[in-house]
Amino acid sequence: MAAPIQYCTFTLAHLTFGIEVDRVQEVMRSRDLTEVPLANEVVEGLINLRGQIVTALDLRRRLQLPPRDADAPPPMNIVVRTASGELSLLVDAIGDVVDADEATFEGPPETLDGVARELITGTYKLEGRLLLVLDTERAVQLPALA
Amino acid sequence: MSEIDEIVGEFLVESYENLDRYDEDLLALERDPGDPEVLSSIFRTIHTVKGTAGFFAFDRLGDLAHVAESLLGRLREGELEVNEEIASALLVTGDTLRRMLGVIEATGEEGDEDVSELTETLKRLHAGEEDAPEEDASDAVEEPVAEDETDGPDCDDPSLDQPIPSERAGNGGDGVHPKLGEVLIGEGETTPEAVALAAHEQDLGDDRRIGEILVDHGQTTTEAVDKAVETQGNDSGRNISDSSIRVDVGLLDELMNLVGELVLARNQIVQLVGEEQDSHYAGASQRLNLITTELQEGVMKTRMQPIGNVWNKLPRVVRDLSLSCGKQVKLVMEGQETELDKTIIEAIKDPLTHLVRNAVDHGIELPEQRVAAGKPEEGTLTLRAFHEGGQVNIEILDDGGGIDPQALKQKAIAKRVITAEQAATMTDREAVNLIFAAGFSTAEEVTSVSGRGVGMDVVRTNIERIGGTVDIQSEQGHGTACKVKIPLTLAIVPALMVTSGQSRFAIPQLSLIELVRLEGEEARTGIELVHGAPVHRLRGRLLPIVDLAGELGRGEAGERDNVNIVVLQADGQSFGLVVDAIQDTEEIVVKPLGSHLKDANLFSGATIMGDGRVALILDVLGIAERARVVTETTERSGSAEDLGDEILDERHVERRTLLLVGIGDDRRAAIALSDVERLEEFASSSIEFGNGREVVQYRDDILPLVRLADELGVGGYGMDVPENLDVVVNRVEGQMVGIVVGSILDIVEQDVDLRDGDEGRGVLGSAIIQGRVTDVVDIDAVVMRNDPARMGGYAGV
Repeated sequence: MAAPIQYCTFTLAHLTFGIEVDRVQEVMRSRDLTEVPLANEVVEGLINLRGQIVTALDLRRRLQLPPRDADAPPPMNIVVRTASGELSLLVDAIGDVVDADEATFEGPPETLDGVARELITGTYKLEGRLLLVLDTERAVQLPALA
Repeated sequence: MSEIDEIVGEFLVESYENLDRYDEDLLALERDPGDPEVLSSIFRTIHTVKGTAGFFAFDRLGDLAHVAESLLGRLREGELEVNEEIASALLVTGDTLRRMLGVIEATGEEGDEDVSELTETLKRLHAGEEDAPEEDASDAVEEPVAEDETDGPDCDDPSLDQPIPSERAGNGGDGVHPKLGEVLIGEGETTPEAVALAAHEQDLGDDRRIGEILVDHGQTTTEAVDKAVETQGNDSGRNISDSSIRVDVGLLDELMNLVGELVLARNQIVQLVGEEQDSHYAGASQRLNLITTELQEGVMKTRMQPIGNVWNKLPRVVRDLSLSCGKQVKLVMEGQETELDKTIIEAIKDPLTHLVRNAVDHGIELPEQRVAAGKPEEGTLTLRAFHEGGQVNIEILDDGGGIDPQALKQKAIAKRVITAEQAATMTDREAVNLIFAAGFSTAEEVTSVSGRGVGMDVVRTNIERIGGTVDIQSEQGHGTACKVKIPLTLAIVPALMVTSGQSRFAIPQLSLIELVRLEGEEARTGIELVHGAPVHRLRGRLLPIVDLAGELGRGEAGERDNVNIVVLQADGQSFGLVVDAIQDTEEIVVKPLGSHLKDANLFSGATIMGDGRVALILDVLGIAERARVVTETTERSGSAEDLGDEILDERHVERRTLLLVGIGDDRRAAIALSDVERLEEFASSSIEFGNGREVVQYRDDILPLVRLADELGVGGYGMDVPENLDVVVNRVEGQMVGIVVGSILDIVEQDVDLRDGDEGRGVLGSAIIQGRVTDVVDIDAVVMRNDPARMGGYAGV
């Protein structure tokens, strides 16, 4: 069959997510963020990526997950290449790169609800945990302002 | 990309360029129908398109070019004369070819655009003045078509474009200059077949030059060859390709970004070195500093393009428009070589075209009107571009009917853009610029007042978006001048850094007028509310105030010890932006915001500061619009009228410009500036007496003096006579009078609320000016009291 797809994994709240590795440009520690007043709530701010200005999106807010604990370590940046240019996704922690086995793939789990479910294309059953595959293009689209 | 695609790509680029020149050439030809050089150039363009199209088997393209070439052939032979119809048909041919090339570019294949009508027109024009009318017209057309089809584009044209390899083509065949054979064919001095034959002989080992072979064959003349060699030389001057290369704009943008980064790294290093004492280090960083600056300038230059690139399209616009309005317009362009950043060139294309269209449409009159006004039938539209003070000036001047300021005012009042009061105080120049006001230009044309039509506010908005300004001056009956000023580049701009809360923001210096700081008591009282809208009295004018923190959705700041106001201008309206602190001015590298922030119209971009952090650039126009400063006048106009009346009625307040003077020991008086002619200083010793009064010699005349202190009954020059006297020279009913005052203090413009007028005393009344009770002097009364007859007698000597 086709070669296994590699995923860059990360965690948000208690969940493990994956993004296709070839979409990921780089992974960085937290950076100085410049806040953008009146922008969409998902937009966390702007970062300086070697002279390029990149918009950082808070994935927790995008997925409507509870906000990060105040005493949690600062979020990590995953810089992804998307149709609308490079963007940084803020996540809790970065995991390994995993080879996903096509055989373990299933649709989105029933237990997920709301917006998270729309943004997840499916699930790989890894040992002891589930890997939720993020639909990157949809995830970086801004939700309509409330 | 395959090799073939690459070749097609080159063909497309070359053809586009040729077609741009083709338009220009055609217009030149229309002016001077006999110019053989221009005709040849046009012929070559079409010929090249035809040939290459044949090579790639783009048959439809080739066929159209072929028909056009046949027509051009007859023009070149002098069998036909260029007229308007032919020129129009050939221009349309150029447009059609461009469209067809566009389709090829997009799809890689020829589209199926129907060109039969155009082909028929060209054939008809070709046959139109056939010498032999008895011959069937269709035969006459078919004949040359058939003739070429026998050898077909694919075999005849490669033989033209390929057969004279550059080394052998001798004269000018270095791949840059056009080949001699081609020039000769273009001039009609020889035939493609003869050139092919000559080239063939060269192939066989003939080491003579191509021109020599042709002359020997009797295919052309020595004179023709000499002329062609000259043309070759001229042509090379025309395109500068021998000293330039084509570079992808994307690559330049990338370079620009890298240089921006380098500038930041340089800034950091310079900062670090500043802390070190090591002089070697300092020397190296100094060099790095200089080189980086030069590199930055160099890269900026690569993005500069002459403004002529935009103007090239305008002769066509003017021609088509003037024909359709039945006007005669001559377009004069000065300073085409003035350079601008590429992004700006793109941005001003539409506004400029709009202004030019307007000038032709509404500015220049119909020929009969012009003649009636004693002007030449043909109107002149001048485009001028030049650099001045780090900006580019573009002027669009027409010698048309100009704009009637009164008619504009009427219209603006009718449209509730301004109030009648505003109109009354407006100068003609301000009135003329009303055409840029939002809400003024609507779908309804204003030709009846010889104003300009639709969408001028859009023109201004577009120009201001790139940090430019536009101003109109018009002299009725003589024409209109539209002056556009734009920055040289958008990429690096000087900006003022301000802070609001924890954030830093950059404000482009171009929108900045001045900085005002209110301290202490003023900080609490300096900002007042008029109908709930905060304003600040700045030199007597009400300046709308916008709180940056409030606009950013961070809540209004409470009382402050001091208030920093940045006075900005947007859309012709100034307003004050309250910020927490004002920092330095800096040169910033403007970077665009990602698509996720496109809605945030408060920011025009972002930049990276010396410390590596990102700062947002405020969009001054966006803020003004959001805070409703800009549209306010339009929206408020309904109520502003009432508001204005209200204030005037209730308090009898009058706005005046006053000269403040000191008299006596610490008293103040004010004289209306409109009465004041000059301020002078006379030595006390120069006072003479004439007819029992104090006078001085002034401008070969006798100036009677009046001591203001005596007039107001203040007395108090004391016993010591000052060395010099400050004198306010007034002119009353044509006569000059000098008012001697203690000192000249200030000029203020403010609302004056007069109380306790006493005309007998020569005082109009008292008012509080600069926190002091001040008498406003009734100059007329003062002068009258001093015996007008006698005073008039003096002044009239």
